[in-house]
Amino acid sequence: MFAKSTVWTSVLGVSALGATAASAGTVTLEVEVPRLNVASYHKPYVAGWIEDASGAHKGDLFVWYDVAMKNKEGNKWLKDMRAWWRKSGRNLDMPVDGLSNATRAPGRHTLKFDSNHKAFKGLAAGDYVLRVEASREHGGAEVVKVPFKWDAKKASAGSVKGSVELGDVKFSYKP
Amino acid sequence: MKLINRLTAGAALTLILMAPVAQAHDQWLVPSATQVVLSANAERPTYVTVDGAISNGLFYPDHFPLNLSNLVITAPDGSKVEVENAHTGKLRSVFDLKVAQAGTYRVALVNEGAFASFKQNGEQKRVRGTVENIASQVPAGAEDVSITHSLSRVETFVTAGAPSELKPLGTGIELQPLQPVTDLVAGEPGKFRVLVEGKPAAGVSVKVIAGGVRYRGELGDKVYKSDANGEVSVDLPFAGAYWFNASYPPRPEEGAEAHHDHDDHEDEAPGTPQRRLSYSATLEVLPY
Repeated sequence: MFAKSTVWTSVLGVSALGATAASAGTVTLEVEVPRLNVASYHKPYVAGWIEDASGAHKGDLFVWYDVAMKNKEGNKWLKDMRAWWRKSGRNLDMPVDGLSNATRAPGRHTLKFDSNHKAFKGLAAGDYVLRVEASREHGGAEVVKVPFKWDAKKASAGSVKGSVELGDVKFSYKP
Repeated sequence: MKLINRLTAGAALTLILMAPVAQAHDQWLVPSATQVVLSANAERPTYVTVDGAISNGLFYPDHFPLNLSNLVITAPDGSKVEVENAHTGKLRSVFDLKVAQAGTYRVALVNEGAFASFKQNGEQKRVRGTVENIASQVPAGAEDVSITHSLSRVETFVTAGAPSELKPLGTGIELQPLQPVTDLVAGEPGKFRVLVEGKPAAGVSVKVIAGGVRYRGELGDKVYKSDANGEVSVDLPFAGAYWFNASYPPRPEEGAEAHHDHDDHEDEAPGTPQRRLSYSATLEVLPY
């Protein structure tokens, strides 16, 4: 599973590029999957993506779901990440390399993306929103927004705290 | 085809006027989901199940099941789909719909009928029948003959994956959605164009009621008039299933426009059938 993880491929990308393209920056996301004391706990489906200030989808960052089920049966509930499904998911043929990943256990998860990742590359300087959406079997659903300013030459950061299905969600960028 | 029913003029008039006037009996189809993911496994295809009833409260089957005889299910590619496991109980009907294509399915119950009113030997009479046989129900020598065709559609929609374009039907009255019909979100207006016989129709009332009145405690119905382009912008304040209803010509209870129907047909040759059109749709509004 590690070989397919977003963190792993992105970190490799950063170090490989670090030697040749010093201008590339790094986006770091922290996504907290809260520990919930419930009788029937299933790890949530979680997706993260970038939108511009008008709500237009700019690029997907990660999708955690039951990617390993046979016959793609885990796809059935992708639609329950409703905002992501409407803006992007339903136009994709999941799984997508570099995007699809297994669900994650409760805890804080750190993801790193090279600024050359297609969600950021070519992004004009301006106001954007990181959106993270979670949906849990026998549980609820929640979507949060982390507004941030993007300028590939300048550091920026933002964070928000989810209420039930998501904990802390943080965005930071270092050129 | 034999005569379906024969009623005295007074009783028939009462029935015909009562059906649309009293909102006591709304017809609806409610799918188990309006957005689904297409199955990748041919042995376990995607299904939705659909309930249909004529009820007092939206969307609780409390009165009569919907007659499923005239279901018309149109797949995204325009082909017709047969439903499975259709069942009509005492209070509701139900059927399964296999969803095998990406795009938007139109699930419709289409009922056509006709009635004629006339004077025979000085006595006012009305008969009911089908569009095909109504003319033959009118006896020779009848006077003041007026024939009306009725066309009603009760609809809902299901989308697998990304929505596909819904082509207007071009017949009867319909609400043409101006955004994907399964993409309605609470807090964002839903935009529709009223089409009558395929053309935008201004000044038509569109009634909208959110389901769940039983627990909400208030009907909360709203009526929107289509603008000069035939368009309405509908408030969808919270998530849930909403019932949309429109008819044409305007019903008598709409006061000043009660005679619109008559005016519209003044120029037509005697004996030209009038059309009484109605449309209902159940649309889902998601929380975000």
